[in-house]
Amino acid sequence: MSDLLLLLVTGLGLGALYFLAASGLSLIYGLMGVLNFAHGVFMTAGAYAGWLTMGDLPQSLPVGARLAVGVVVAIAVGAVIGLVVEVVLIRPLYRHHIQQVLVTVGLSLAGVAAAQGIWGADPRPVETPTWMSGTTVVLGARLPNDRFVYIAVALLLLAGLLALLRYTRLGLVIRAGVENRTMVEALGIDVQRTFTIVFAIGGAAAGLAGVLYSQYAGAVSPGQGGSLLIYAFIVVVIGGMGSLTGTAVAAVVVGLVQQLANYYAASGVGDLSVVLLLALVLLLRPSSLKGATA
Amino acid sequence: MTSQASDVTEAPEGAEPATRHTAEPEAARGPRRRPWKVVVPLLVLAVLAYLPYVPAELPGLLPGRVNGPGSMQLLATCLVIAGIALSYDVLFGRTGLLSFGHALFVASGSYLLTISLSTWALPLPVAIALALLASTVLSLVVGAVALRVGGIAFAMVTLAFAQAASIIVMRNPGGVTGGEEGKVLDRDAVPALLVGVANAPYRYWLALGFVVLAWVVVTLLIGSRAGRAMAAVRENESRAAVLGLGTYRVKLLAIVVASVLGALGGIVHALVLGGSNPHLTTSEFTLSLLVMVVLGGAGSRWGALLGGFLYAYADARLVEVSGAAWLEPLPEVVRQVLSQPLFILGVLFIVVVYFAPSGLTGLGGRLIRKAGSS
Repeated sequence: MSDLLLLLVTGLGLGALYFLAASGLSLIYGLMGVLNFAHGVFMTAGAYAGWLTMGDLPQSLPVGARLAVGVVVAIAVGAVIGLVVEVVLIRPLYRHHIQQVLVTVGLSLAGVAAAQGIWGADPRPVETPTWMSGTTVVLGARLPNDRFVYIAVALLLLAGLLALLRYTRLGLVIRAGVENRTMVEALGIDVQRTFTIVFAIGGAAAGLAGVLYSQYAGAVSPGQGGSLLIYAFIVVVIGGMGSLTGTAVAAVVVGLVQQLANYYAASGVGDLSVVLLLALVLLLRPSSLKGATA
Repeated sequence: MTSQASDVTEAPEGAEPATRHTAEPEAARGPRRRPWKVVVPLLVLAVLAYLPYVPAELPGLLPGRVNGPGSMQLLATCLVIAGIALSYDVLFGRTGLLSFGHALFVASGSYLLTISLSTWALPLPVAIALALLASTVLSLVVGAVALRVGGIAFAMVTLAFAQAASIIVMRNPGGVTGGEEGKVLDRDAVPALLVGVANAPYRYWLALGFVVLAWVVVTLLIGSRAGRAMAAVRENESRAAVLGLGTYRVKLLAIVVASVLGALGGIVHALVLGGSNPHLTTSEFTLSLLVMVVLGGAGSRWGALLGGFLYAYADARLVEVSGAAWLEPLPEVVRQVLSQPLFILGVLFIVVVYFAPSGLTGLGGRLIRKAGSS
């Protein structure tokens, strides 16, 4: 029983990380139809920004406080990168989806290589607050505290994004844009500006995901964002390409399946069963992937 | 897709608009009216085949003499990668399928060969046949599932499948794949001609043979009915479907042909480099194939080959740029970044996507025509 509880919580924690990584991807894809391969670089940038900030702040501050500042910096860096990438690289290729994908692919190659050149290919250890590396005993299960943090942050992000979509004018434009972009443009609304904002939001979410993933992994490395990105892609596809709630559900399912299969079968089976899950979803419900509402 | 959007997928061979490819097969108008279309490839082939007899040195370009083992090995690797890029172009440039899982089939060819040679102790011809057969079946299964969705979702699904294979290889089940170390080719199972430093020219000819075979297969394919159906699917899939083409079957055929060629490339890659490298399984490898094809020019045999060759060459040789003297005055950070070949290639790739959507060969063709008309 305590084993199962442990697996459920760690699985949920993993799912929370997947959601953090996938939410920005899903939002961008849903509105703009851009498959953002550079999302992994956004995450890596966030992770390195957080790591550098934590190293630069006076060491007398507690690790938790430095991490909090690092998270804020990572979110800001992610947002700025997202903004710049959209304005400089994505916007000129408006409606040329394949070229947009190609540009983000080039960006992901160059970004990882740049990080590798500056900070080296080896993982650099990241400081973790003592509380987050400890455990809490619930019903006889020793649950790692950091998972609760991930779950809480993911829930906050989900609630925040849903509220943004539902109750603000920007959200209204985004939802309408996902449904029928041409019509929104015809009504005289500046969709272009919305794209930029959505990209910045996606970048901010990616920066947050990156810094939390570096806490989860205990280190930062150039390839980190890319490895998380693959699971984020799977989550986005299973979640219905562009639906935020679908993405959240898919992230939880993927995280749980991975964790449970890794424990009850063999290590590594979990990663494979995620792909199997994707194949099953495709075979049984291919129509659910043709796009969705935000 | 607007007209500019299809520029990248348009075939830059000759100056015809791509729509005429569907109406007028390349094979029918090719050799008779344009003898150079046959002569130039044969000439290039003759020069390449003669290279192992050239003792000249090209300082800065190649390590040592042209026919020295270092240069031969480098050129052989570049040729194999060029051939694999050509196989990827069947998907991307010819059929318009954005697959992120092509590495899966290259890796399955490579790993099935090395595993069946050393673990199952099969003779070389049987091992090659097994690797090709298994890769064909794999491509049928993966293609059948992945083609249930189109466009960007197809890209993601193929990526996921390739990632699964990469995970399996890295986990090293039963010590069979060698994990991150890769799998070394069993030297005793391979003809002596292909083993050893002194025999590098034979490996070079083997790689050249693979490129020629891939070229012939792709040429036959694009001249055939199926090849024209692929071009139709690329240009406008709904129109092709309305015209009564079984687009699903056409796309599946493209995947199978590309995968078998890719698997053959993987086999030759393992023979040339003396083993299987887990890098072949990664999504970065597929991404680099995409970069090669777009750099060279998608939908063009010359483009894919040139892109693959130059990419592999740059990847191996650009490292020396970091030691170059003219970089000294630059700040440390800039030099560190420039020392990464992938950074330069990634930036170059973005530039090509923007300013030369038909790739280097398309750019070259445009310059030649400009010079000819003025």
